[in-house]
Amino acid sequence: MSELNATNRADSTDEPITPTGITGASILLDGVTKRFPGQTRPAVDGLTMEIPAGKIVMFVGPSGCGKTTTLKMINRLIEPTEGRIVVDGDDVTDMNGDTLRRGIGYVIQAGGLFPHMTVATNIGIVPKMLGWDKARIAARVDELLELVSLDPALYRDRYPKELSGGQQQRVGVARALAADPPVLLMDEPFGAVDPITRLRLQDELLNIQEELQKTIVCVTHDFDEAVKLGDWIAIFNEGAQLEQYDTPERILGHPANEFVENFIGSGAGLKQLTLTRVADVGLSDAIVGVAGERAADVLARVTEAGHGHAVVVDARHRPVQWLSRRQLGRLDVISDGADPKLPVVGIHATLNDALDTMLVSSAGAALVTGRRDTFKGVIDVKTVMDAITRSQGAAVLESDQAPVGLNTGVFQAQASAEADPSDTAGHGADAQAVR
Amino acid sequence: MSPRGLSTEAGIAGGDSAVEAPGNPTAPSVPTSRVRARWNSWKGLVYQLAGILLAFLALMFWLQTADLSPIELTTLAPAALWVYTVEHIQLTLLAAAIVLVIAIPLGIALTRRPLRFLTAPVLVIANFGQAAPAIGVVVLLAFWVGFGFWAATLSLVLYAMLPVLRNTMVGLQQVDAHLVEAGRGMGMSSAAVLFRVELPLAVPVMLSGVRTALVLLVGTAALATFVNGGGLGILITTGVNLSLTSVLVTGALLVALLALLIDWLGRVVEHVARPKGL
Repeated sequence: MSELNATNRADSTDEPITPTGITGASILLDGVTKRFPGQTRPAVDGLTMEIPAGKIVMFVGPSGCGKTTTLKMINRLIEPTEGRIVVDGDDVTDMNGDTLRRGIGYVIQAGGLFPHMTVATNIGIVPKMLGWDKARIAARVDELLELVSLDPALYRDRYPKELSGGQQQRVGVARALAADPPVLLMDEPFGAVDPITRLRLQDELLNIQEELQKTIVCVTHDFDEAVKLGDWIAIFNEGAQLEQYDTPERILGHPANEFVENFIGSGAGLKQLTLTRVADVGLSDAIVGVAGERAADVLARVTEAGHGHAVVVDARHRPVQWLSRRQLGRLDVISDGADPKLPVVGIHATLNDALDTMLVSSAGAALVTGRRDTFKGVIDVKTVMDAITRSQGAAVLESDQAPVGLNTGVFQAQASAEADPSDTAGHGADAQAVR
Repeated sequence: MSPRGLSTEAGIAGGDSAVEAPGNPTAPSVPTSRVRARWNSWKGLVYQLAGILLAFLALMFWLQTADLSPIELTTLAPAALWVYTVEHIQLTLLAAAIVLVIAIPLGIALTRRPLRFLTAPVLVIANFGQAAPAIGVVVLLAFWVGFGFWAATLSLVLYAMLPVLRNTMVGLQQVDAHLVEAGRGMGMSSAAVLFRVELPLAVPVMLSGVRTALVLLVGTAALATFVNGGGLGILITTGVNLSLTSVLVTGALLVALLALLIDWLGRVVEHVARPKGL
């Protein structure tokens, strides 16, 4: 049922979503350090970083690098040893931790739902603590279940064990959003679900974020997930050393140092392909023929346009065959048979998917379909290459808006870094130099 | 000693066979109907109660029809049996109540972070209380506290402390740490997490500890008679001392049936109080 809803929702993204405007709040970690008793090295060492309102910021890094500790210091599940936490301009370092946490959504792996409470009770926990009346909580629960693509009538009174892993995770997100907090913290939220469900949940989170524009801070160990979800990515090294804090495009295109390069792993260029969707690049036109037409007429049009191929569509404008000039020359009338190996990609597919389809089909190009599988145009390898080049260029231009992120604890070059706080890439180079 | 052994063994053995039905509601023939599933989950409990009642009726019938001597008739008069049974139950329940009041808060306290280091020493002491022979503890305590009801109660409390304490701790420790973190992360205070998440999820394990303790108590309370503490044990000692087999058997059977009945009550409570959704 939910799967059905999810698909409906994905289809409806063609309709314009009216964003409600940024509802998130900015977060500032100011010289934050965490020392755990009995450990010589601090887990987080003098970290200063700004998290812009209404954006998704991904924390990535090797395990034990302090990214989760940093996340938990934002809602003070872990109390910082030194430094300040500022949310929406208010210093929250000394306020009551429980009160603070009621105003910040928190999502953990596998949802963390309480098994002895129904879905509705789970979602209603924070509103109940905030003293909402029953009718308001019930209405909010239904609204949130709709938001995460679960039918309220069907799922409201279920217990968590009666849900699949993906559904539990959805309810976990709904629960975190219950009191409409400006900030959402997610600790490896999609780590415990299968890859297909994970992709779907990621898409859904992006849809929700498009609508709500919260400030989301998300810890993950999956760099591809970071690239897909993040407006900004913070790459941490041990002791929560911020190696690079930048857009996915710039991190892929201009890794600040060797550590970042190694962390991205091979195929940075390929990963950039997941950043762009087919709809975002220009499609080439194609000569379209209809089944039953005389092949010679179509061939004449193909020759006139200087193309090599013609696309045959059916009555509902869905592509069924892709014929070369030679094939057209051999035919008398175009048949209505469908080619099962036709290289087709959806308009919302990533360039990565499109390239994959092209390579498999060996045609060097793929047919793009829009809603209801209607034919939209052709995408070829050259278009993909151009898109990569362009996104690298664009990334360089964007760099000036980068939020502040630096470690004050270990750097001799702190003063210079503060003098030019926006230049995080240069800062990373400093880190290299000191070492 | 043998009657006590008999009663507890019977209680536990009878219990184990009964646990399978309620513990396994998703048998192959799952939802033929809701009524059937309900019956399956209660089946074991119904059989256990029926068995207890049948055995009790058989005992009563035998007492009415058997050819008993005047001494036996006086000792086994229904009024006298009733008094012994009530004493026995009083001992058991009072000791159980004291155990609960001490062991549950103690178990909770020992699983809280600041007191966790005390867990091992306290468990050693509780183990000692149970490992020491009950009859020895009863008599030694009587020399110290004075013979009578309270000496018996105190030794029973020592004896039954361990299962409740240990199950409270185990029950709380087996609650997924992620859930505690989720609760704190949502802004629940540590007390709210304890009462709304940890304790409800620990209830099944805790209740099973309480039931074990009660069954142990019913058996051990038969020893109270050695320190003049009352209870059904008097029938057993009388039976042994005067070679009155009928009195001995009646006493032993009544203790066993009482243990089974209390075990049954405990199972009913566990069945009803089990949090939904687990």
